[in-house]
Amino acid sequence: MAVAEKMLLMGNEAIARGAVEAGVQVVTGYPGTPSSEVFGTLAHFAKEYGYYAEWSVNEKVALEVAAGAAYAGARALVTMKQVGLNVAADPLMTLAYIGVKGGLVLVVADDPGPHSSQNEQDTRKFAQFAKLPVLDPSTPQEAKDMTVAAFELSEQLGLPVILRPTTRTCHVCQDVTLGPLPLTRNECRFDKNPGWVILPGLAYKKHIWLNQKQKEISRLFSSMHFNRAEIKGKTGIITSGVSYNYVVEALEMQGWEASLLKIGTPYPLPEDLALEFLSQVERVLVVEEQEPVVEDQVIHLAWRHNLPVGVAGKHNGLVPREGELDVDKVTAILHKYFGFVGMEQAAAGNTVRRAPDLPLRTPVLCAGCPHRAVFYGFKEALKDYDPVFTGDIGCYTLGVIPPLNALDTCLCMGASVTIASGLSRVEQGRKHVAFLGDSTFFHTGVAGLINAVYNRADITLVILDNGTTAMTGHQPHPGIGRNATGDPARRIDIAGLVKGCGVDYIRQVDAYNLQEVMQAAREAVQYEGPSVVIARRECVALVKPGARYRVNTGACIECMLCVKNLGCPALSGEEKVVISEKCTGCGVCAQVCPADAIEEVSRHEV
Amino acid sequence: MKFDLVITGVGGQGTVLASRIVARAAMDAGWQVRTSETIGMAQREGCVVSHVRVGENLAGALVPDGRADVLLGFELAEAVRALAKLKAGGKAIVNEDVIVPTSVSVGLSRYQVQDIREYLEKELPGVCFLRASEVAREAGNSKTANVVMLGALSTLPGLPFSPEGLLEAVLKTVPSQFREINRKAFEMGRRAMGVC
Repeated sequence: MAVAEKMLLMGNEAIARGAVEAGVQVVTGYPGTPSSEVFGTLAHFAKEYGYYAEWSVNEKVALEVAAGAAYAGARALVTMKQVGLNVAADPLMTLAYIGVKGGLVLVVADDPGPHSSQNEQDTRKFAQFAKLPVLDPSTPQEAKDMTVAAFELSEQLGLPVILRPTTRTCHVCQDVTLGPLPLTRNECRFDKNPGWVILPGLAYKKHIWLNQKQKEISRLFSSMHFNRAEIKGKTGIITSGVSYNYVVEALEMQGWEASLLKIGTPYPLPEDLALEFLSQVERVLVVEEQEPVVEDQVIHLAWRHNLPVGVAGKHNGLVPREGELDVDKVTAILHKYFGFVGMEQAAAGNTVRRAPDLPLRTPVLCAGCPHRAVFYGFKEALKDYDPVFTGDIGCYTLGVIPPLNALDTCLCMGASVTIASGLSRVEQGRKHVAFLGDSTFFHTGVAGLINAVYNRADITLVILDNGTTAMTGHQPHPGIGRNATGDPARRIDIAGLVKGCGVDYIRQVDAYNLQEVMQAAREAVQYEGPSVVIARRECVALVKPGARYRVNTGACIECMLCVKNLGCPALSGEEKVVISEKCTGCGVCAQVCPADAIEEVSRHEV
Repeated sequence: MKFDLVITGVGGQGTVLASRIVARAAMDAGWQVRTSETIGMAQREGCVVSHVRVGENLAGALVPDGRADVLLGFELAEAVRALAKLKAGGKAIVNEDVIVPTSVSVGLSRYQVQDIREYLEKELPGVCFLRASEVAREAGNSKTANVVMLGALSTLPGLPFSPEGLLEAVLKTVPSQFREINRKAFEMGRRAMGVC
């Protein structure tokens, strides 16, 4: 027998592989941690396997492009993170009524913790809200297998299917057993039919249809191998997603036994399977991350069927509703609920003395990051104004970290512009300056700008154009002139677009040139009505550093202004400034230095 | 067989690559593997932790507290932050080259290098300190400090792969133009362990 081929794959790469195995034809997405590598991998292999891939300007657009392809019978996949689904909510809710012909899979990655997100929302709740089936993989292997299954399920049901991995599936690597690649692809043709046109009369009918579907899906899920029960006595645990791993390991580590129901499809609950399980246990603990999605359905089911089984979990405060779970947390929960013994021993192996205070280490803007210079320049230039700086989602959110302390708000993609506009209505006489990145400008910033122009909001928008979508891993966007698969594309000029939106005051500056930045800052806030400053410099992670800087110790007056005000990770020192090899040669510190003591040298001469 | 490794460091030090290399070596040796890494915002000079689990019948990718067989600290203070992961009697290799965060430069916190070092020595008898970043510079590229640490790791007993297997995984993973420099870094990491 041939040995199945294995590869070390990250969960997100495994999902991408699953999509290729399923014969995906169209892939769209907007980057967002922890989802980004799904699309990144698919874009990389698009030409080799012959499917279409695009980074769309936002999640709503991405879903709509994928839906169009699926209307014609193509298998389509769209990727985003949990907050991205909010942007795509509008098409999603109606798409559940309209349905699809070809398989449409939404990969929506959740970020319990959260590690890189502005909230912890649970996409399974969204699936429930939209009445769409959701699959919740516990490992990269399962993520791959579920992706293949999700396409089949979507076509079988005529509904979009949501695959919802969490950080510990997305960013976990595993030895994944690969499946065969497809020999055939769906044939595509859009057949005209009134069923594609959502008018109120049709919406009503389709809502009935969608509601009826829920039972059919639940029955189907009861026989799916992603859901399985193992009976080992009257003590039961029901668990979903990555929590399943923690439960299995906690039981094994402690030598405990319990009946286990693994749920891979949290909505709709596989009721037949769950009923059978509930009838064989006396009490059951539901272990899942985030919201009590499975737990609520289990309680509901037990109540409806009059089952004499106690259900515990989040509602009695045993399982936290916030943050990530892990083996240690789950062990403690199992111990507390079931009164299992053995915990005392487990804790004993791990006594560590109190450590000395450790230095605070938060993520910061990279050495040489062009955003640092712009934030610094605007703060300096507008010192006498008490301005409000509204922020947005991207690397530049880190501008809030000391010593820059440059941001006063941060809400969601594109909101810097709109929040500033709102503030400007009620704080007349104050300067409101919004900062966002180039990719975010295309995502939803442009809509806010159009609104600001149309309603003549007196704000300044600073577009931090570093020529990439940096925070999520350097994905391209329409301002770059290169598409997702690396081909040349028509570059959308940001300045031109801003002009097209009706902005009369536009200044383009070199982000590294402090004088230029400061002058533009003063002028822009003086201008009445919406003004836009575009600060340009490529992301420092994408350019090879040329020169670097060093301190002329003879000239240095030890004022430490460069260290204290810029917060550049290449600058350190308590009395004497030291510039480390992290220096990328941006030269901003030299412009800040009042003694001209920082000088440019070649990379090799330090 | 079960082998749990925790790698801690600072974003940009190559912990992700190092954990992938270890996983690849273990996988090539026929074991099941799981890794979990810090990806995203924290990568910008923040604290990062990678978990590598090797063996049979693996469940989650996160190493429970007190279970790691080996702790690789790519940075002095970060090694202390993750100490609770190491099992009693577990082995630690720590890069003693420090990366001072900007919070210290701007006066928001302190980096007590000597205290931290002494704490590690007391808490972990037999801890190996290595100037991995310096060794990497000698090898020709400071960015190969992660591979220096892997070379050091390869000298420990009870690993689920051979030193040759780990080196092989290094060479298969790094871009071809950097193979020689990484081979050198790996070997210098091995040699450095001879004197600790």
